Amino acid sequence: MSINATPTGADVAAEETRQPAAVPKQRGGRRKPPLSENKKAERRLGLLLCAPAALVMIAVTAYPIIYSVWLSLQRFDLRFPDQREFIGLENYVTVLTNEFWWTAFGVTMLITVVTVAVELVLGMGLAIIMHRTIIGRGLVRTSALIPYGIVTVVAAFSWRYAWTPGTGYLADLFSDGAPLTERASSLAIIMLAEIWKTTPFMALLLMAGLALVPEDLLKAASTDGATAWQKFTKVMLPVMKPAILVALLFRTLDAFRVFDNIFVLTAGGNETSSVSMLAYNNLIRGLNLGIGSTMSVLIFITVAIIAFVFVKLFGTAAPGSDDGERR
Amino acid sequence: MADIVLDKVSKSFPDGTVAVQDVDLEIADGEFVILVGPSGCGKSTTLNMIAGLEDISSGELRIAGQRVNDKAPRDRDIAMVFQSYALYPNMTVRENMAFPLRLAKLDKETIDRKVDEAAKVLELTSLLDRKPANLSGGQRQRVAMGRAIVRQPKAFLMDEPLSNLDAKLRVQMRTVVSRLQKQLGTTTVYVTHDQTEAMTLGDRVVIMRGGAVQQVGPPQELYDHPKNLFVAGFIGSPSMNFLHAAVQDGELHTALGTVPIGDRVRRELEAADAPRELILGIRPEHFEDAELVDDDTRRRGMEFEAPVDIVESMGSDKYVYFTVEGEKASAAELEELAADAGATDFAGAGGNLVTRLSAESPVAEGQTRRVWFNLEKIHLFDPANGRNLTLHEGRAAGALAD
Repeated sequence: MSINATPTGADVAAEETRQPAAVPKQRGGRRKPPLSENKKAERRLGLLLCAPAALVMIAVTAYPIIYSVWLSLQRFDLRFPDQREFIGLENYVTVLTNEFWWTAFGVTMLITVVTVAVELVLGMGLAIIMHRTIIGRGLVRTSALIPYGIVTVVAAFSWRYAWTPGTGYLADLFSDGAPLTERASSLAIIMLAEIWKTTPFMALLLMAGLALVPEDLLKAASTDGATAWQKFTKVMLPVMKPAILVALLFRTLDAFRVFDNIFVLTAGGNETSSVSMLAYNNLIRGLNLGIGSTMSVLIFITVAIIAFVFVKLFGTAAPGSDDGERR
Repeated sequence: MADIVLDKVSKSFPDGTVAVQDVDLEIADGEFVILVGPSGCGKSTTLNMIAGLEDISSGELRIAGQRVNDKAPRDRDIAMVFQSYALYPNMTVRENMAFPLRLAKLDKETIDRKVDEAAKVLELTSLLDRKPANLSGGQRQRVAMGRAIVRQPKAFLMDEPLSNLDAKLRVQMRTVVSRLQKQLGTTTVYVTHDQTEAMTLGDRVVIMRGGAVQQVGPPQELYDHPKNLFVAGFIGSPSMNFLHAAVQDGELHTALGTVPIGDRVRRELEAADAPRELILGIRPEHFEDAELVDDDTRRRGMEFEAPVDIVESMGSDKYVYFTVEGEKASAAELEELAADAGATDFAGAGGNLVTRLSAESPVAEGQTRRVWFNLEKIHLFDPANGRNLTLHEGRAAGALAD
């Protein structure tokens, strides 16, 4: 224990109090430098403080995810509860070979790509307007954000009434028939409602990006001979790229899960169902927990892939980083 | 290359503030002109108006004889260097420097050749493939200069290009800028708030205050013959000492004793509306330890005794701070200068005297020392309007001039 040959009483007492710190010191020499008592206590406190949040996260996200994965591996229809059994990936085969799923998937992709693209362009325009406005800045910004402040379902209902022949002012404008009863026009209306509602959100995210472009950079570009368009494409866009990617990520993930507008406007009729709509129909209306959960898991996987791709893009997006070595 | 003429150029904002007022300035082809003044004096606004980044409210701006008031910056053929460098973060050094050439639609070979040449001049060749984020401040600054020179524009406009560098690098870059300008012979307008930069760099210096030009001239002329109190206080480091002086029976009563005045100044002071109180200005180097002054020199000045406050030995000479009694000099200009200098430099101007004595002086802190000062180098200012009364046909002649 002690190196001293004949420790006195006082020495022994001192040695004992020093012991806890001294022992890890000897062992730690091989690996990391040892933590002092103080650091250890701090780390313990840190873990304790994180614990409630971690527990809540596990309760509200990890558990449902794991449970739905578990459900997706079973034949489980609440109408025939007796037939419940573990069937492995059979549900996935069923869903992925089903034409309804692929139609819904196509519709969802179409809505995602078109709405996000249009929102990006419109949002950028709106962001520049909001950024540049000097007079009545607050009013302009507030009014631009109104669509985003309205509850989606409420907005969807007003769109539905607007497009309903007889009562709606929009349906009468486009004369013949009810647009919400045909596939193409229904999809167009769904996308219009989506774009109308979320463009302000896009604009808000992009405006934050615009604020990141230093004024001097634009002045420098002006004296370097750039036109307004060249300043936008060659200076502003590259500097804003991270902000644009964040905005695109948020909107793509949101758009892929499109539900409320479709639910209210067409209820998925005329092959306008999105994957979320389809999952809802199977899970809640069809009471088929197995198939419904399978769809949920597939949606989850797709969303994860989208997020992964975007996060990969972020890595190379930061302007000014030397990507020379990485290439 | 071209000359730049500002003809009664003014800038006022919608809320009524006037940033720049009737600036008349003729910048010759190839000249290096410095705009200097405390913050808010309108120097950057003037530069931005030349660049076309700010509208001109009234007056006319001509570059190479052509009115350019309504031309966009890109049509003025000028290059600008910014304090923040304003390098495009997504482009490499090469791309940054090539940017103006690419916009001018030059062919790739010409662009490469020009960029390589400019890089060589500024010793940037090894950095051409780096991104600005991986450069030091001094390197970024050189890239910004490089981007300006590749185009061979009519004029360079520089907005405090060295202010973000540390002190040592700033001195170094000062010579780089100076040499580059001489080499290229391009008309250059350079904005700074640092009077040392103004003194060392420019062919001519324009001192601005509150949007108006105070004095234009070669640095030495501004230093020796300041037109007014503001110019006198702004140029020089440490700055000129200002003392309160009361006019009485043809003499000036100051904290340094009674200063005799020559006929010319006396005639000025005899006018009915002449001020009864003046501000006496004298630069630190016009003091000397009385022991070290020979008789011939002694006759041109006068002496006083004062307690030594602080001695700062610079090696080549000594800065000695004396405490003097008496009223503080006060004028609007002095307050403005004090505010700009962060108050500390000027707050003691009345009670504290800065002198630059020979290194041989045995002066020590705490003792009372006899000090001589040169009467021929004294400036007298009217506190009401700041005018230099000792200035005659643009030359300052001291208090004794006949």
